Amino acid sequence: MAEVKVDVRGETCPVPLVEVRKAIKKAAPGDIIEVIGTHPASKKEIPMAAHALSIKILSDEQTGEEWKIRLQI
Amino acid sequence: MSDKATIIVHSGDLDKIYSALIVANGALAMGMEASLYFTFWGLLRLKKGGLDQGGLSKMNMLGLGRLMIRHRMKKANVASLERLIRDFKELGGKIIACEMTMEIMGVKRQDLNESLIDDYGAVGSYIQEARDAAITLLV
Repeated sequence: MAEVKVDVRGETCPVPLVEVRKAIKKAAPGDIIEVIGTHPASKKEIPMAAHALSIKILSDEQTGEEWKIRLQI
Repeated sequence: MSDKATIIVHSGDLDKIYSALIVANGALAMGMEASLYFTFWGLLRLKKGGLDQGGLSKMNMLGLGRLMIRHRMKKANVASLERLIRDFKELGGKIIACEMTMEIMGVKRQDLNESLIDDYGAVGSYIQEARDAAITLLV
């Protein structure tokens, strides 16, 4: 089981979603993907994408402008 | 209905190419399939070095508006069209080039970015893509 970090701080639409999708595509079952970013809409939309792809959301938190979402494949 | 988005890229305007690629990448990112059918002015954007050469659909002001928008996009850290189309392909997006447009405009396959193009076709190819797509758009 690997843990992959996706840093999309400062990136805007549609890059955070796309980078998460690329990471999901490369990951193996059980892998954890940790995404950190600052684009506000992506904080809502990455969980929507995870839901559509039947991927588990382990956590979803916000600290100041920065958010962190952890997914498990 | 399958989980697919298909977009006719008829316009070659910079802003509309952005819209098409952002929506298509969003569809792929959210687990759908996506295809882009490039025709008329849109097809010219598939020419080598042509992707970001369009003007703005509004307020182009002989290219001044285009310069301003590009400046603002850079400031806002918006991804380049090159990056968006690369990501589109990496996520499995499909690109179809309209053969009739190629004929009308005198565009040869070797004039196009052939590595991006999955298929060359006509209206039948588009309908095959669109008939079971949940999202169909034209820009």
